[in-house]
Amino acid sequence: MNSPKTSNRPLSPHLQVWRWTPTMAMSILHRSTGCALAVGLLIVVWWLVAAAGGAGTYDTFLSFATSTIGQLMLVGWLFALYLHMFSGIRHLVMDTGHWLTVKAGDRAAAVIVLSSILFTLVTWACMKGWF
Amino acid sequence: MTLKWEASAFKNPLSRARGLGSLHEGAHHWLAQRVTALSNLGLGIWAICSMTTLVQGTYADMHTWIASFPNSVLLALFILSTFYHAALGLQVVVEDYVHCQLTKLLTLVAIRFTLFAGAAAAIFSILKLAL
Repeated sequence: MNSPKTSNRPLSPHLQVWRWTPTMAMSILHRSTGCALAVGLLIVVWWLVAAAGGAGTYDTFLSFATSTIGQLMLVGWLFALYLHMFSGIRHLVMDTGHWLTVKAGDRAAAVIVLSSILFTLVTWACMKGWF
Repeated sequence: MTLKWEASAFKNPLSRARGLGSLHEGAHHWLAQRVTALSNLGLGIWAICSMTTLVQGTYADMHTWIASFPNSVLLALFILSTFYHAALGLQVVVEDYVHCQLTKLLTLVAIRFTLFAGAAAAIFSILKLAL
């Protein structure tokens, strides 16, 4: 069996030739946030291993988590989590045969992105104890 | 490149054909991704709600929280569910974009090793904190 690289058959044009649409952006965002969250899981492992190691190793983790880069990563990870979660709910609904039109897809894209931003801000405010 | 064993005598034509067809289990990966998506949804909401208060507490607060029932169990379930979901998701991404058979095989194995090791370390840490 030949892999696509070794055969000389022409490849179909990929991402760069298509006009951007909300549904296409959501598809790419769902994948990229999924990959980012998988990396975030390794930070969760670090958190737990550091906690199990005692107060000393936990401080090392905290000094990273409370640093500017750590905080930026945390906000980005929260946003990715909400976007992947809301987009995932849309996927589960689409599996039942609903929300399949272009109009529904465009509307879902707007709702998902806006609510992800809102939820990220509210969660961040809760974490900072602003409420 | 195509791996040698794919065309070799180690696989007879029937097992090769079985490996290529649906074998009535083609939906398993798809279904497992949806089922873990549902458990991720519930456990994820619980995790975010818990984190918003946990980040404001001390190391001792966090230790007490993880050690108490049902937090330790839910946290372990969160780890199992999210790591399984991540393994399934990353597998699809790799299968879509990596076309060299050898690179694909090595990447898929590396992803599983990393995720299994991470999940094991996380659950060990939860047990160590809880017991």
